[in-house]
Amino acid sequence: MLAHLPILQVIVPLMAAPLCWFLDRSKLVWLFALLVCGFSCLTSIALLQQVMSSGTIIYQLGGWDAPWGIEYRIDELNALLLLIISTIGTIVLFAAQTSLQKELPKERHTLFYSLYLLSLTGMFGIVATGDVFNVFVFLEISSLSGYALIALGKDRRALWAAYQYLIMGTIGATFILIGIGLLYQMTGTLNMDDLANRLAEVNQTRTVFAAFAFLIVGVCLKLALFPLHLWLPNAYAYAPSIVTAFLAATATKVAVYLLIRFTYTVFGIELSFSILPLQNLFIVLGLVGIFAASTAAIYKTNVKHIFAYSSIAQVGYMIIGYAINTSTGLMATLLHLFNHALMKSALFLALGAVMYRIGSVQLSQFQGLGRQMPLTMAAIVIGGLSLIGVPLTVGFISKWYLLLATIEAGMWPVAVLVLLGSLLAVLYIWRIVETAYFKPPLPGREPVKEAPWTFLAPIWILVLANIYFGIDTRLSVQVAQAASQSLFGINP
Amino acid sequence: MIAIAIVRTKDLLAVVMLTGIYGLLSASFFVVLDAVDVAFTEASVGAGISGLLMLAAITMTGRTEAPKRHKPLLALLVVLITGGMLIYGTLDMPYFGSFDAPVHQHVAPRYINDSMQEVGVPNIVTSVLASYRAFDTLGEVAVIFTAGIGVLSLLALPQRRKPYLVDESGKEQMYKQHIVLRVISKALIPIILLFALYVQFHGDFGPGGGFQAGVIFAAAIILYAMLFGLDNAKRVFSLSLFQLLAAIGLLLYASVGVVSLFNGGNFLDYNVLADDPIAGQHLGILLIELGVGCTVASVMIIIFFNFAGRREAQQNGEER
Repeated sequence: MLAHLPILQVIVPLMAAPLCWFLDRSKLVWLFALLVCGFSCLTSIALLQQVMSSGTIIYQLGGWDAPWGIEYRIDELNALLLLIISTIGTIVLFAAQTSLQKELPKERHTLFYSLYLLSLTGMFGIVATGDVFNVFVFLEISSLSGYALIALGKDRRALWAAYQYLIMGTIGATFILIGIGLLYQMTGTLNMDDLANRLAEVNQTRTVFAAFAFLIVGVCLKLALFPLHLWLPNAYAYAPSIVTAFLAATATKVAVYLLIRFTYTVFGIELSFSILPLQNLFIVLGLVGIFAASTAAIYKTNVKHIFAYSSIAQVGYMIIGYAINTSTGLMATLLHLFNHALMKSALFLALGAVMYRIGSVQLSQFQGLGRQMPLTMAAIVIGGLSLIGVPLTVGFISKWYLLLATIEAGMWPVAVLVLLGSLLAVLYIWRIVETAYFKPPLPGREPVKEAPWTFLAPIWILVLANIYFGIDTRLSVQVAQAASQSLFGINP
Repeated sequence: MIAIAIVRTKDLLAVVMLTGIYGLLSASFFVVLDAVDVAFTEASVGAGISGLLMLAAITMTGRTEAPKRHKPLLALLVVLITGGMLIYGTLDMPYFGSFDAPVHQHVAPRYINDSMQEVGVPNIVTSVLASYRAFDTLGEVAVIFTAGIGVLSLLALPQRRKPYLVDESGKEQMYKQHIVLRVISKALIPIILLFALYVQFHGDFGPGGGFQAGVIFAAAIILYAMLFGLDNAKRVFSLSLFQLLAAIGLLLYASVGVVSLFNGGNFLDYNVLADDPIAGQHLGILLIELGVGCTVASVMIIIFFNFAGRREAQQNGEER
C-alpha cells in the first residue's frame, strides 16, 4: 500500500466528502472528518520521509505512461506543502465543532464538513499533481468549496465578500486555463516535466510569452499579491472563524506553490527571470504590498481585518524571497510559507475563541480581555511577536533567512525596507495588546470566561509549534533547503 | 453579435434567450471544428440547462437590470489589454489545421492510433476522458458535486415542519393556462429521458457520455417541475433522494479506482478490473460514466429545486 500513498493523500478526503452525507449527525461527521484529516496528516508525513530518504516519487494514474496519462510527482517541495496543509487542516478542524455551534445553524454542519474536506482535497490535488490541466481541475474544487465556505459566515456581508472572491477567483482561474491552453498548443503536452523539456525549443515565441503572462497574472490573483488583493480582507473577515484560520494558513500558500512550480519547473528559471523583467517587478510589488497592507492594518478596527491585511503583507515577504532568485531566497520563501501557516492559523483560531465567547472581533470589544481570557490573549501576543519576527519565534527564522538572501544578492535597500516593514507590524500588534491588557473591561458586560479547552488545545499546539520551530530549526530548514536546492538543481 | 446583444439588453428574460442562441451557435461552431463531443456538451449545457437555471434565478430577482451607477472604464481597459494579449499571443501560433502543429505531433498520435487496442472504445474522446485522463474527469465530477453542496449550503431552507396551507386553486389556474405546453411536454419528456439513457450508454461508440446524459436527464425533470409545479415533481423525486444520488455517483466513480488499487493496479487502472484488459476497460468506463451521469443529473436538479423552492417559499410568505 505504501506505493499508493500519493494518490491516497488526495482520494481519501475526496471520498470522505460525500460519505459525510450518510452520517448526518453533526458530532459524528466532525469525528469522521477529523479522522480523515488525521489520516491524511500521517500520509503526508510518510510521504515526506520517503521523499527525503529516496528522492522524487512518481505515481502514474490509471497505469498510463506520463505524457499520455496523468502522473503524480512528489518532490521535497510538494511534500513540504502537503505536510503544511494536512497538519494545519487537522489542528484547525479540531476546534471546528465548538466554534460552529455559535456560528452556523445545526442543519448545515454536515455540509460544512463536506465542503471542508473538498477544499482540502482540492489543495492536495493541486500540490501533488505533475500535470497542468489536473492543477486546473483541482484548483476549481478548492476554489468553489472556498467560496461556499466563506459565504457560510454569520454576517450577511459574508455573501458579498464571497461573491467578490468568486468573481476575482474565476477570472484568475480563467487566466490560468488560457495559459494552459496556449502551452498545450505550443507543445502538445500537459505534463509539467514534459512541458519543461519541450518548451525549451519554442520559448522565444510570443504565444509562450502570452501563456506565461496569463499564468502569472492568474496565479497572482489567487495569491492576493498587492494590486490584486482586494478580495482577500473581506473574505477573511466575514467567513466563519474556522474557515478563516484554515484558508489563511493554506490557500495563499498553495498559490505561492503554483507560482514557484510554474516559473521554476515548467518555464525554467532562464525564461522566467532573464527574458522578462519579473524580478524587479515582483520585488517592487512585494515591498509596496508590505507597506500598503501593513499601514492599512494599523487603521482597521476589526481584528480579523487587521490580520487579513497582515496576510497580504506577509505574501509580500514571500514574493520578495522568491523574486531574489537565489537558492537562499527561495529557501526563505519556503520557510516563510511554513512559518506563516503556523502563525496565522494560531492567530485566527484565537480570534475564533474570542468570537465564541463574546460574539465579535471588533477591537473595541477586546478591552480587558487580557485578564479575562489570559490563555487566548497570550496566544495572540506570542503569535503577534512571531508575526513581527522577534527572536525565538518562527517569524524570526524566516525574516533572518530573507535578510541573508537580500544581502547575499547585494540588495541592501531591500533589506532595510524589509526591516522597516516589520516595524509596522509592531504597531498593529501593539494596538491589540494595548486594548486587551491596558484598558479596563467594558462596563456593563458580564465577565468573560476563558475559551473552552477544545479551542485552547489546538491554539496552544500551534503557538508552541511557533516557538519550537523558532528554536529548533533543523526540520523546517532542512526540508526547505532540500526543496529549494532541488528546484535550482533541476534547472541549473 | 449575440454577445453584444446580451450585454446591451436590459430585459433579463431576453438575455437568457439570447444566451441560449449563443450556446447553440457556439455548439455549431464546434461541430464545424470537428469536435462533436464538445459541441454536444455545449448544446446541452450552454443552450439547455443553463438557460433553465437562469430562468429559475430570474423568477426570484425580477426581470429588468438595475440601472448602472458608474462607468466601468477601468474594467474596459483591463478587458482591452487582455484581448490585446490574446491576439498578440496568437500571432505566432501554428496555422489552423496545419499537420505539423505540436498538438498533432506529440501526445495525440498515440491516442488516435493505439486507443482502439489499448482501451477498445471506438470514440477516442471517450477513451481519453474516461481512461487516459480519467483522474481529471473524477476531478470534474468533484467540482460539480462541490457546486451542488455549495448551493445547498447557501440556499437550503430549514426543514419544513408542517406543509404550508396554501390556496392551491390560484396555482392550478396558472398552470391551466399552459395547456398546450403541458400536453406537448407530456409527450416529450419520456422521449427526452429515453434519449438521455441512450446518450449515457452509447458514449463508447458515438458522441456522448455521462456529462451530456446527466444534463439532458436533468433538463427533462426540470421541465416537468416547471410546468406541473415543484410540489408535484417533488412528490415523484424527493430532494434527499437526489442528494443521495449525487453522493453515490461520486463515490461510484472513486470506488472504481479503489477497486483497481485492491486488484493490484494503480488508481483508476481499469486493466485489472477483469481478466481481459479490454473487458476491464469497458467495465471501468461504463461504471464511471454511470457515476458521472448520476452526479451531474442530481446536482443540476438539486440546484433547480433549491432555486425554485425558495421562490415558492417567498410567494407563500407574501400571501400570508
